[in-house]
Amino acid sequence: MADSITPEARPPWTPGQAAPTFAAPRKPSWDRALPFIGPVLLFIVWDLVVRLGFIKPILLPPPADTVTALINGLAGGPLLKDFAVTLWRTCQAFMMAAVIGVPLGVVLGSNEKAYRSVEFLVDFFRSTPSSALIPLFLMIFGVSDINKVAIATFGALLIVVFNSAYGVINARKQRVMAARVMGASRWQIFRDVLIWESLQPSFVGLRSAVSMALVIVIVAEMFIGSDSGLGNRIINSQQVMNVRDMYASILAAGAMGYTLNVLFLMAERRIVHWSGR
Amino acid sequence: MTEVLNGPVYAEVPTPLFKPGPKGTHITIRGLTKYFAGWPLYENFDLDIPKHRIVSVFGPNGCGKSTLINMIAGLVPIDAGEILFDGKSLQDTKIGYVFQNYREALFPWMRTIDNIAYPLKLEGQSKAEVDRRMAELVASFDVKFDLNRYPYELSGGQQQTASIMRALAPKPEVLFLDEPFSALDFEMTLFIREKLQEVFMQTGTTMLLVSHDLEEAVYLADEVLLLTKRPTRVAEILRYGDARPRTLETLSEASFIQMKKRSLEIFQREVRR
Repeated sequence: MADSITPEARPPWTPGQAAPTFAAPRKPSWDRALPFIGPVLLFIVWDLVVRLGFIKPILLPPPADTVTALINGLAGGPLLKDFAVTLWRTCQAFMMAAVIGVPLGVVLGSNEKAYRSVEFLVDFFRSTPSSALIPLFLMIFGVSDINKVAIATFGALLIVVFNSAYGVINARKQRVMAARVMGASRWQIFRDVLIWESLQPSFVGLRSAVSMALVIVIVAEMFIGSDSGLGNRIINSQQVMNVRDMYASILAAGAMGYTLNVLFLMAERRIVHWSGR
Repeated sequence: MTEVLNGPVYAEVPTPLFKPGPKGTHITIRGLTKYFAGWPLYENFDLDIPKHRIVSVFGPNGCGKSTLINMIAGLVPIDAGEILFDGKSLQDTKIGYVFQNYREALFPWMRTIDNIAYPLKLEGQSKAEVDRRMAELVASFDVKFDLNRYPYELSGGQQQTASIMRALAPKPEVLFLDEPFSALDFEMTLFIREKLQEVFMQTGTTMLLVSHDLEEAVYLADEVLLLTKRPTRVAEILRYGDARPRTLETLSEASFIQMKKRSLEIFQREVRR
Protein backbone atom coordinates (compact mmCIF):
# COMPACT_ATOMS: atom_id res chain seq x y z
CA MET A 1 0.00 0.00 0.00
CA ALA A 2 2.83 2.35 0.86
CA ASP A 3 4.18 2.66 -2.66
CA SER A 4 0.82 3.74 -4.00
CA ILE A 5 1.27 7.04 -2.24
CA THR A 6 3.58 9.28 -4.18
CA PRO A 7 5.73 11.89 -2.47
CA GLU A 8 3.59 14.60 -4.09
CA ALA A 9 0.52 13.29 -2.34
CA ARG A 10 2.10 13.75 1.03
CA PRO A 11 0.88 16.73 2.95
CA PRO A 12 3.41 19.50 2.59
CA TRP A 13 3.42 20.40 6.26
CA THR A 14 5.20 17.20 7.33
CA PRO A 15 8.44 17.41 5.39
CA GLY A 16 10.02 14.23 6.58
CA GLN A 17 10.26 14.99 10.29
CA ALA A 18 7.60 12.52 11.23
CA ALA A 19 7.79 9.65 8.83
CA PRO A 20 4.20 8.82 7.94
CA THR A 21 3.21 5.35 8.98
CA PHE A 22 1.19 3.48 6.46
CA ALA A 23 0.48 0.45 8.58
CA ALA A 24 -3.20 -0.26 8.90
CA PRO A 25 -4.36 0.55 12.40
CA ARG A 26 -4.35 -2.81 14.12
CA LYS A 27 -5.93 -3.21 17.47
CA PRO A 28 -3.35 -4.68 19.82
CA SER A 29 -4.74 -7.75 21.49
CA TRP A 30 -3.67 -6.48 24.91
CA ASP A 31 -6.10 -3.55 24.62
CA ARG A 32 -8.59 -5.55 26.56
CA ALA A 33 -6.08 -6.05 29.35
CA LEU A 34 -5.70 -2.29 29.90
CA PRO A 35 -8.29 -2.03 32.70
CA PHE A 36 -6.35 -4.60 34.72
CA ILE A 37 -3.06 -2.73 34.61
CA GLY A 38 -4.01 -0.25 37.32
CA PRO A 39 -5.16 -2.81 39.90
CA VAL A 40 -2.19 -5.09 39.18
CA LEU A 41 0.22 -2.16 39.59
CA LEU A 42 -1.44 -1.23 42.86
CA PHE A 43 -1.06 -4.77 44.13
CA ILE A 44 2.59 -4.88 43.11
CA VAL A 45 3.37 -1.57 44.81
CA TRP A 46 1.40 -2.62 47.86
CA ASP A 47 3.27 -5.91 48.01
CA LEU A 48 6.67 -4.25 47.54
CA VAL A 49 5.98 -1.64 50.18
CA VAL A 50 5.12 -4.33 52.71
CA ARG A 51 7.88 -6.72 51.63
CA LEU A 52 10.61 -4.06 51.74
CA GLY A 53 9.41 -2.95 55.14
CA PHE A 54 8.41 0.64 54.30
CA ILE A 55 5.18 0.04 56.17
CA LYS A 56 4.95 -2.35 59.07
CA PRO A 57 2.82 -5.42 58.42
CA ILE A 58 0.91 -4.56 61.58
CA LEU A 59 -0.46 -1.51 59.76
CA LEU A 60 -0.73 -2.94 56.28
CA PRO A 61 -0.94 -6.68 55.64
CA PRO A 62 0.42 -8.11 52.38
CA PRO A 63 -2.13 -7.99 49.58
CA ALA A 64 -2.21 -11.75 49.11
CA ASP A 65 -3.18 -12.24 52.77
CA THR A 66 -5.83 -9.55 52.52
CA VAL A 67 -7.39 -11.03 49.42
CA THR A 68 -7.32 -14.47 51.00
CA ALA A 69 -9.06 -13.06 54.07
CA LEU A 70 -11.61 -11.37 51.80
CA ILE A 71 -12.35 -14.54 49.83
CA ASN A 72 -12.48 -16.75 52.91
CA GLY A 73 -14.66 -14.23 54.67
CA LEU A 74 -17.11 -13.89 51.81
CA ALA A 75 -17.18 -17.64 51.19
CA GLY A 76 -19.36 -18.32 54.16
CA GLY A 77 -17.17 -16.69 56.82
CA PRO A 78 -18.40 -14.03 59.27
CA LEU A 79 -17.57 -11.32 56.75
CA LEU A 80 -20.38 -12.62 54.57
CA LYS A 81 -22.97 -12.00 57.26
CA ASP A 82 -21.83 -8.39 57.77
CA PHE A 83 -21.68 -7.89 54.02
CA ALA A 84 -25.25 -9.10 53.70
CA VAL A 85 -26.46 -6.91 56.56
CA THR A 86 -24.89 -3.79 55.04
CA LEU A 87 -26.21 -4.67 51.61
CA TRP A 88 -29.70 -5.19 52.99
CA ARG A 89 -29.67 -1.87 54.88
CA THR A 90 -28.37 -0.05 51.80
CA CYS A 91 -31.04 -1.61 49.61
CA GLN A 92 -33.79 -0.76 52.10
CA ALA A 93 -32.67 2.85 52.30
CA PHE A 94 -32.24 3.07 48.56
CA MET A 95 -35.62 1.53 47.77
CA MET A 96 -37.40 3.91 50.10
CA ALA A 97 -35.55 6.88 48.60
CA ALA A 98 -36.38 5.72 45.08
CA VAL A 99 -40.04 4.93 45.73
CA ILE A 100 -40.63 8.28 47.41
CA GLY A 101 -38.06 10.39 45.59
CA VAL A 102 -38.69 9.74 41.90
CA PRO A 103 -42.45 10.43 41.93
CA LEU A 104 -41.95 13.37 44.27
CA GLY A 105 -39.21 14.81 42.08
CA VAL A 106 -41.20 14.34 38.89
CA VAL A 107 -44.27 15.98 40.39
CA LEU A 108 -42.26 18.87 41.81
CA GLY A 109 -40.41 19.29 38.53
CA SER A 110 -43.55 19.42 36.46
CA ASN A 111 -44.86 22.20 38.65
CA GLU A 112 -42.06 24.69 38.52
CA LYS A 113 -43.62 27.01 41.08
CA ALA A 114 -43.82 24.17 43.58
CA TYR A 115 -40.21 23.27 42.93
CA ARG A 116 -38.96 26.83 43.25
CA SER A 117 -40.64 27.11 46.63
CA VAL A 118 -38.83 24.08 48.07
CA GLU A 119 -35.68 24.39 45.99
CA PHE A 120 -33.73 26.05 48.77
CA LEU A 121 -34.61 23.34 51.27
CA VAL A 122 -33.66 20.57 48.88
CA ASP A 123 -30.40 22.27 47.97
CA PHE A 124 -29.57 23.12 51.56
CA PHE A 125 -30.07 19.65 52.96
CA ARG A 126 -28.51 18.10 49.89
CA SER A 127 -25.40 20.11 50.68
CA THR A 128 -25.52 19.28 54.38
CA PRO A 129 -23.40 16.19 55.09
CA SER A 130 -26.00 13.64 56.15
CA SER A 131 -23.58 12.25 58.70
CA ALA A 132 -23.85 15.59 60.52
CA LEU A 133 -27.47 14.72 61.16
CA ILE A 134 -26.74 11.38 62.80
CA PRO A 135 -27.13 12.75 66.35
CA LEU A 136 -30.46 14.28 65.37
CA PHE A 137 -31.67 10.98 63.97
CA LEU A 138 -30.38 9.28 67.13
CA MET A 139 -32.75 11.44 69.15
CA ILE A 140 -35.67 10.62 66.92
CA PHE A 141 -35.17 6.93 66.20
CA GLY A 142 -32.87 5.87 69.05
CA VAL A 143 -30.03 3.41 68.64
CA SER A 144 -31.85 1.10 66.31
CA ASP A 145 -31.63 -0.55 62.97
CA ILE A 146 -34.32 1.79 61.67
CA ASN A 147 -32.11 4.73 62.51
CA LYS A 148 -29.34 3.64 60.15
CA VAL A 149 -31.79 3.03 57.34
CA ALA A 150 -33.67 6.25 58.03
CA ILE A 151 -30.66 8.52 57.82
CA ALA A 152 -29.37 6.79 54.71
CA THR A 153 -32.82 7.15 53.17
CA PHE A 154 -32.80 10.84 53.98
CA GLY A 155 -29.44 11.42 52.33
CA ALA A 156 -30.35 9.39 49.25
CA LEU A 157 -33.84 10.83 48.96
CA LEU A 158 -32.70 14.41 48.41
CA ILE A 159 -30.37 13.37 45.60
CA VAL A 160 -33.16 11.46 43.88
CA VAL A 161 -35.67 14.30 44.26
CA PHE A 162 -33.20 16.85 42.96
CA ASN A 163 -32.21 14.87 39.87
CA SER A 164 -35.72 13.77 38.94
CA ALA A 165 -37.09 17.27 39.36
CA TYR A 166 -34.36 18.76 37.20
CA GLY A 167 -34.92 16.02 34.66
CA VAL A 168 -38.48 17.21 34.23
CA ILE A 169 -37.64 20.92 34.37
CA ASN A 170 -34.96 20.52 31.71
CA ALA A 171 -37.03 18.24 29.50
CA ARG A 172 -36.50 19.10 25.85
CA LYS A 173 -38.99 21.88 25.33
CA GLN A 174 -39.49 20.90 21.74
CA ARG A 175 -40.81 17.45 22.60
CA VAL A 176 -43.29 19.03 24.96
CA MET A 177 -44.29 21.44 22.20
CA ALA A 178 -44.59 18.57 19.73
CA ALA A 179 -46.98 16.79 22.07
CA ARG A 180 -48.92 19.99 22.70
CA VAL A 181 -49.33 20.79 19.04
CA MET A 182 -50.71 17.27 18.54
CA GLY A 183 -53.38 18.15 21.05
CA ALA A 184 -52.05 16.39 24.13
CA SER A 185 -53.54 17.50 27.43
CA ARG A 186 -51.34 18.48 30.38
CA TRP A 187 -51.76 15.02 31.84
CA GLN A 188 -50.94 13.34 28.54
CA ILE A 189 -47.81 15.48 28.17
CA PHE A 190 -46.82 14.49 31.69
CA ARG A 191 -47.44 10.79 31.06
CA ASP A 192 -46.05 10.50 27.55
CA VAL A 193 -43.22 13.03 27.55
CA LEU A 194 -42.12 14.47 30.89
CA ILE A 195 -41.80 11.15 32.74
CA TRP A 196 -39.77 9.68 29.91
CA GLU A 197 -37.59 12.74 29.58
CA SER A 198 -36.84 12.57 33.29
CA LEU A 199 -35.79 8.91 33.18
CA GLN A 200 -32.18 9.51 32.28
CA PRO A 201 -31.48 12.18 34.91
CA SER A 202 -33.45 10.08 37.38
CA PHE A 203 -31.08 7.22 36.76
CA VAL A 204 -28.13 9.49 37.39
CA GLY A 205 -29.81 10.44 40.65
CA LEU A 206 -30.50 6.84 41.59
CA ARG A 207 -26.92 5.87 40.91
CA SER A 208 -25.56 8.65 43.12
CA ALA A 209 -28.22 7.84 45.69
CA VAL A 210 -27.21 4.23 46.04
CA SER A 211 -23.59 5.29 46.63
CA MET A 212 -24.75 7.86 49.15
CA ALA A 213 -26.91 5.28 50.92
CA LEU A 214 -23.95 2.93 51.21
CA VAL A 215 -21.70 5.67 52.59
CA ILE A 216 -24.21 6.66 55.24
CA VAL A 217 -25.00 3.08 56.20
CA ILE A 218 -21.30 2.34 56.73
CA VAL A 219 -20.81 5.50 58.80
CA ALA A 220 -23.93 4.78 60.81
CA GLU A 221 -22.76 1.23 61.44
CA MET A 222 -19.48 2.58 62.75
CA PHE A 223 -20.85 5.11 65.16
CA ILE A 224 -24.40 4.24 66.05
CA GLY A 225 -24.14 1.37 68.51
CA SER A 226 -24.20 -1.48 66.13
CA ASP A 227 -23.30 -5.14 66.30
CA SER A 228 -23.33 -5.98 62.63
CA GLY A 229 -22.52 -4.61 59.21
CA LEU A 230 -19.31 -3.83 57.38
CA GLY A 231 -18.89 -0.48 59.12
CA ASN A 232 -19.10 -2.15 62.49
CA ARG A 233 -16.66 -4.85 61.36
CA ILE A 234 -14.15 -2.32 60.09
CA ILE A 235 -14.13 -0.34 63.31
CA ASN A 236 -14.00 -3.47 65.49
CA SER A 237 -11.07 -4.93 63.55
CA GLN A 238 -9.29 -1.64 63.83
CA GLN A 239 -9.79 -1.55 67.61
CA VAL A 240 -8.11 -4.93 68.02
CA MET A 241 -5.55 -4.26 65.29
CA ASN A 242 -6.83 -7.13 63.17
CA VAL A 243 -5.69 -5.27 60.07
CA ARG A 244 -6.12 -8.20 57.72
CA ASP A 245 -9.79 -8.38 58.50
CA MET A 246 -10.11 -4.60 58.42
CA TYR A 247 -8.66 -4.32 54.92
CA ALA A 248 -10.73 -7.27 53.75
CA SER A 249 -13.87 -5.50 55.02
CA ILE A 250 -12.85 -2.26 53.34
CA LEU A 251 -12.32 -4.09 50.06
CA ALA A 252 -15.69 -5.80 50.52
CA ALA A 253 -17.39 -2.43 50.99
CA GLY A 254 -15.64 -1.13 47.89
CA ALA A 255 -16.70 -4.16 45.89
CA MET A 256 -20.28 -3.63 46.98
CA GLY A 257 -20.30 0.00 45.96
CA TYR A 258 -18.67 -0.76 42.65
CA THR A 259 -21.01 -3.62 41.84
CA LEU A 260 -24.10 -1.58 42.67
CA ASN A 261 -22.84 1.20 40.41
CA VAL A 262 -22.19 -1.19 37.54
CA LEU A 263 -25.59 -2.83 37.97
CA PHE A 264 -27.22 0.56 37.75
CA LEU A 265 -25.28 1.52 34.66
CA MET A 266 -26.40 -1.71 33.02
CA ALA A 267 -30.02 -1.17 33.99
CA GLU A 268 -29.83 2.41 32.74
CA ARG A 269 -28.45 1.35 29.38
CA ARG A 270 -31.26 -1.17 29.13
CA ILE A 271 -34.13 1.05 30.16
CA VAL A 272 -33.01 4.45 28.85
CA HIS A 273 -31.89 2.91 25.58
CA TRP A 274 -32.03 6.25 23.74
CA SER A 275 -29.66 8.00 26.14
CA GLY A 276 -26.85 9.82 24.39
CA ARG A 277 -28.12 9.02 20.91
CA MET B 1 -66.03 62.14 51.37
CA THR B 2 -67.55 59.23 49.58
CA GLU B 3 -67.17 60.92 46.27
CA VAL B 4 -64.35 59.81 44.04
CA LEU B 5 -62.58 62.92 42.95
CA ASN B 6 -60.25 61.73 40.26
CA GLY B 7 -61.86 58.63 39.00
CA PRO B 8 -60.29 56.65 36.19
CA VAL B 9 -60.98 58.08 32.80
CA TYR B 10 -61.93 55.66 30.09
CA ALA B 11 -61.34 56.61 26.52
CA GLU B 12 -63.80 55.24 24.08
CA VAL B 13 -61.71 52.99 21.90
CA PRO B 14 -63.86 51.63 19.14
CA THR B 15 -63.18 47.96 18.56
CA PRO B 16 -62.28 47.61 14.92
CA LEU B 17 -64.83 45.70 12.93
CA PHE B 18 -63.76 42.20 12.01
CA LYS B 19 -63.08 42.15 8.30
CA PRO B 20 -63.23 38.67 6.86
CA GLY B 21 -60.68 37.72 4.27
CA PRO B 22 -61.49 37.13 0.61
CA LYS B 23 -63.29 33.98 -0.50
CA GLY B 24 -61.22 30.85 -0.03
CA THR B 25 -59.44 32.17 3.03
CA HIS B 26 -58.51 29.48 5.52
CA ILE B 27 -56.62 31.27 8.25
CA THR B 28 -57.60 34.80 9.16
CA ILE B 29 -55.17 36.81 11.27
CA ARG B 30 -56.39 40.15 12.62
CA GLY B 31 -54.64 42.65 14.82
CA LEU B 32 -51.91 40.21 15.78
CA THR B 33 -49.52 41.83 18.24
CA LYS B 34 -46.45 40.28 19.77
CA TYR B 35 -43.75 41.97 21.82
CA PHE B 36 -40.32 40.54 22.34
CA ALA B 37 -38.31 42.01 25.22
CA GLY B 38 -40.47 45.11 25.15
CA TRP B 39 -40.07 45.69 21.43
CA PRO B 40 -42.82 45.04 18.96
CA LEU B 41 -42.19 42.08 16.69
CA TYR B 42 -45.66 42.15 15.23
CA GLU B 43 -48.02 45.05 15.69
CA ASN B 44 -51.57 45.01 14.41
CA PHE B 45 -50.64 42.43 11.85
CA ASP B 46 -53.35 41.28 9.44
CA LEU B 47 -53.02 38.34 7.08
CA ASP B 48 -55.24 35.97 5.13
CA ILE B 49 -53.92 32.54 4.32
CA PRO B 50 -55.78 30.79 1.51
CA LYS B 51 -57.19 27.30 1.78
CA HIS B 52 -55.76 24.34 -0.16
CA ARG B 53 -52.64 26.29 -0.93
CA ILE B 54 -49.01 26.13 0.07
CA VAL B 55 -47.77 29.44 1.43
CA SER B 56 -44.04 29.90 1.89
CA VAL B 57 -42.93 32.44 4.44
CA PHE B 58 -39.73 34.25 3.57
CA GLY B 59 -38.08 37.28 5.07
CA PRO B 60 -34.99 38.84 6.65
CA ASN B 61 -33.27 37.23 9.59
CA GLY B 62 -35.00 37.87 12.88
CA CYS B 63 -38.24 39.09 11.35
CA GLY B 64 -40.07 36.29 13.10
CA LYS B 65 -40.94 33.85 10.33
CA SER B 66 -40.94 30.92 12.71
CA THR B 67 -42.56 32.99 15.42
CA LEU B 68 -45.40 33.78 13.04
CA ILE B 69 -46.23 30.16 12.33
CA ASN B 70 -45.64 29.23 15.96
CA MET B 71 -48.17 31.84 16.99
CA ILE B 72 -50.65 30.53 14.46
CA ALA B 73 -50.00 26.98 15.67
CA GLY B 74 -50.45 28.08 19.27
CA LEU B 75 -46.90 27.25 20.36
CA VAL B 76 -46.04 30.85 21.13
CA PRO B 77 -48.62 32.93 23.01
CA ILE B 78 -49.77 36.14 21.33
CA ASP B 79 -50.13 39.44 23.13
CA ALA B 80 -53.22 40.57 21.25
CA GLY B 81 -55.20 39.77 18.19
CA GLU B 82 -57.23 36.99 16.74
CA ILE B 83 -56.39 33.96 14.65
CA LEU B 84 -59.22 31.96 13.15
CA PHE B 85 -59.23 28.80 11.06
CA ASP B 86 -62.29 28.80 8.83
CA GLY B 87 -63.86 30.92 11.54
CA LYS B 88 -62.98 28.40 14.25
CA SER B 89 -60.48 28.72 17.02
CA LEU B 90 -57.32 26.66 17.21
CA GLN B 91 -58.91 24.34 19.79
CA ASP B 92 -61.42 23.16 17.21
CA THR B 93 -58.85 22.76 14.48
CA LYS B 94 -56.64 19.81 13.73
CA ILE B 95 -53.13 20.88 12.86
CA GLY B 96 -49.89 19.16 12.09
CA TYR B 97 -46.44 20.58 12.77
CA VAL B 98 -43.06 19.55 11.42
CA PHE B 99 -40.07 20.86 13.33
CA GLN B 100 -36.70 21.69 11.89
CA ASN B 101 -34.95 19.63 14.52
CA TYR B 102 -36.45 16.18 14.02
CA ARG B 103 -34.04 14.75 16.61
CA GLU B 104 -35.82 16.62 19.36
CA ALA B 105 -39.29 16.34 17.87
CA LEU B 106 -39.70 12.57 17.76
CA PHE B 107 -39.97 10.60 21.00
CA PRO B 108 -36.92 8.31 21.22
CA TRP B 109 -38.61 6.05 23.77
CA MET B 110 -41.23 5.01 21.23
CA ARG B 111 -40.66 2.98 18.11
CA THR B 112 -40.96 5.04 14.94
CA ILE B 113 -44.32 3.55 14.05
CA ASP B 114 -45.66 4.41 17.52
CA ASN B 115 -44.37 7.93 17.08
CA ILE B 116 -46.35 8.25 13.87
CA ALA B 117 -49.43 6.73 15.47
CA TYR B 118 -49.16 8.86 18.59
CA PRO B 119 -51.50 11.70 17.52
CA LEU B 120 -54.14 9.13 16.59
CA LYS B 121 -53.81 7.48 19.99
CA LEU B 122 -54.24 10.89 21.58
CA GLU B 123 -57.51 11.19 19.69
CA GLY B 124 -58.54 7.86 21.18
CA GLN B 125 -58.80 5.99 17.91
CA SER B 126 -59.11 2.22 18.08
CA LYS B 127 -56.22 -0.02 17.18
CA ALA B 128 -57.91 -1.09 13.96
CA GLU B 129 -58.41 2.52 12.89
CA VAL B 130 -54.84 3.38 13.77
CA ASP B 131 -53.51 0.37 11.86
CA ARG B 132 -55.56 1.23 8.81
CA ARG B 133 -54.31 4.81 8.78
CA MET B 134 -50.71 3.64 9.29
CA ALA B 135 -50.97 1.28 6.32
CA GLU B 136 -52.36 4.14 4.25
CA LEU B 137 -49.53 6.46 5.23
CA VAL B 138 -46.84 3.85 4.68
CA ALA B 139 -48.22 3.19 1.21
CA SER B 140 -48.53 6.84 0.26
CA PHE B 141 -45.03 7.65 1.52
CA ASP B 142 -43.58 4.55 -0.08
CA VAL B 143 -41.57 3.92 3.07
CA LYS B 144 -38.49 1.81 2.48
CA PHE B 145 -37.10 1.70 6.00
CA ASP B 146 -38.08 -0.32 9.06
CA LEU B 147 -40.65 1.61 11.08
CA ASN B 148 -40.21 -0.77 13.99
CA ARG B 149 -36.85 0.76 14.71
CA TYR B 150 -36.36 3.54 17.20
CA PRO B 151 -36.01 7.02 15.69
CA TYR B 152 -32.36 7.32 16.69
CA GLU B 153 -31.60 4.25 14.61
CA LEU B 154 -32.78 6.01 11.45
CA SER B 155 -30.98 8.50 9.23
CA GLY B 156 -31.86 12.17 9.41
CA GLY B 157 -33.98 12.06 6.30
CA GLN B 158 -35.83 9.00 7.52
CA GLN B 159 -36.50 10.70 10.83
CA GLN B 160 -37.83 13.79 9.11
CA THR B 161 -40.00 11.60 6.86
CA ALA B 162 -41.36 10.00 10.01
CA SER B 163 -42.09 13.40 11.57
CA ILE B 164 -43.97 14.47 8.47
CA MET B 165 -45.94 11.23 8.55
CA ARG B 166 -46.72 11.85 12.20
CA ALA B 167 -47.89 15.36 11.43
CA LEU B 168 -50.11 14.10 8.59
CA ALA B 169 -51.47 11.04 10.41
CA PRO B 170 -54.54 12.72 11.91
CA LYS B 171 -55.38 14.32 8.52
CA PRO B 172 -54.78 17.88 9.71
CA GLU B 173 -56.51 20.86 8.18
CA VAL B 174 -53.28 22.84 8.24
CA LEU B 175 -49.73 21.58 8.11
CA PHE B 176 -47.01 23.81 9.53
CA LEU B 177 -43.46 23.22 8.39
CA ASP B 178 -40.72 25.11 10.20
CA GLU B 179 -37.61 24.90 8.01
CA PRO B 180 -38.15 21.18 7.54
CA PHE B 181 -35.21 20.76 5.18
CA SER B 182 -32.49 22.80 6.79
CA ALA B 183 -31.09 19.91 8.83
CA LEU B 184 -31.10 17.52 5.88
CA ASP B 185 -28.63 16.75 3.14
CA PHE B 186 -29.47 17.66 -0.44
CA GLU B 187 -30.61 14.20 -1.48
CA MET B 188 -33.09 13.94 1.38
CA THR B 189 -34.26 17.50 0.78
CA LEU B 190 -35.19 16.63 -2.79
CA PHE B 191 -36.93 13.44 -1.66
CA ILE B 192 -38.98 15.05 1.07
CA ARG B 193 -39.84 18.01 -1.14
CA GLU B 194 -41.33 15.59 -3.69
CA LYS B 195 -43.20 13.72 -0.95
CA LEU B 196 -44.70 16.93 0.35
CA GLN B 197 -45.80 17.91 -3.12
CA GLU B 198 -47.37 14.46 -3.65
CA VAL B 199 -49.20 14.67 -0.36
CA PHE B 200 -50.39 18.13 -1.21
CA MET B 201 -51.66 17.04 -4.61
CA GLN B 202 -53.48 14.09 -3.02
CA THR B 203 -55.01 15.88 -0.07
CA GLY B 204 -54.89 19.60 -0.76
CA THR B 205 -53.92 20.23 2.85
CA THR B 206 -53.23 23.89 3.50
CA MET B 207 -49.52 24.22 4.23
CA LEU B 208 -47.47 26.98 5.78
CA LEU B 209 -43.78 26.58 5.09
CA VAL B 210 -41.00 28.59 6.63
CA SER B 211 -37.83 28.39 4.65
CA HIS B 212 -34.52 30.20 4.52
CA ASP B 213 -33.82 28.85 1.07
CA LEU B 214 -35.52 30.90 -1.59
CA GLU B 215 -35.51 28.12 -4.16
CA GLU B 216 -37.29 25.75 -1.79
CA ALA B 217 -39.68 28.45 -0.74
CA VAL B 218 -40.70 29.19 -4.32
CA TYR B 219 -40.59 25.61 -5.60
CA LEU B 220 -43.36 24.35 -3.35
CA ALA B 221 -45.37 27.55 -3.05
CA ASP B 222 -48.62 28.79 -4.46
CA GLU B 223 -47.94 32.01 -2.66
CA VAL B 224 -44.71 33.45 -1.35
CA LEU B 225 -45.29 35.62 1.68
CA LEU B 226 -42.45 38.11 1.98
CA LEU B 227 -42.02 39.81 5.32
CA THR B 228 -40.25 43.03 6.28
CA LYS B 229 -37.73 43.62 9.04
CA ARG B 230 -39.21 44.06 12.51
CA PRO B 231 -41.69 45.41 13.40
CA THR B 232 -42.77 42.88 10.84
CA ARG B 233 -45.32 43.64 8.17
CA VAL B 234 -46.23 41.96 4.93
CA ALA B 235 -43.85 43.28 2.29
CA GLU B 236 -45.59 41.53 -0.53
CA ILE B 237 -47.48 38.39 -1.40
CA LEU B 238 -46.41 36.89 -4.71
CA ARG B 239 -48.53 34.33 -6.49
CA TYR B 240 -46.74 31.54 -8.27
CA GLY B 241 -49.02 29.54 -10.51
CA ASP B 242 -46.86 26.98 -12.31
CA ALA B 243 -48.68 23.68 -12.71
CA ARG B 244 -48.01 20.73 -10.42
CA PRO B 245 -46.34 18.37 -10.28
CA ARG B 246 -43.37 20.62 -10.44
CA THR B 247 -40.20 18.80 -11.28
CA LEU B 248 -36.52 19.52 -11.47
CA GLU B 249 -37.21 20.99 -14.90
CA THR B 250 -39.43 23.55 -13.26
CA LEU B 251 -36.35 24.94 -11.60
CA SER B 252 -34.99 26.13 -14.92
CA GLU B 253 -38.22 27.44 -16.38
CA ALA B 254 -38.54 31.14 -17.09
CA SER B 255 -41.55 31.63 -14.83
CA PHE B 256 -39.75 30.00 -11.89
CA ILE B 257 -36.60 32.04 -12.39
CA GLN B 258 -38.66 35.19 -12.81
CA MET B 259 -40.48 34.40 -9.58
CA LYS B 260 -37.26 33.80 -7.70
CA LYS B 261 -35.76 36.98 -9.05
CA ARG B 262 -38.78 39.04 -8.04
CA SER B 263 -38.78 37.54 -4.54
CA LEU B 264 -35.10 38.23 -4.18
CA GLU B 265 -35.55 41.84 -5.25
CA ILE B 266 -38.24 42.41 -2.66
CA PHE B 267 -36.19 40.58 -0.06
CA GLN B 268 -33.13 42.72 -0.72
CA ARG B 269 -35.19 45.90 -0.74
CA GLU B 270 -36.51 44.95 2.69
CA VAL B 271 -33.13 43.95 4.09
CA ARG B 272 -31.58 47.27 3.03
CA ARG B 273 -34.46 49.40 4.19
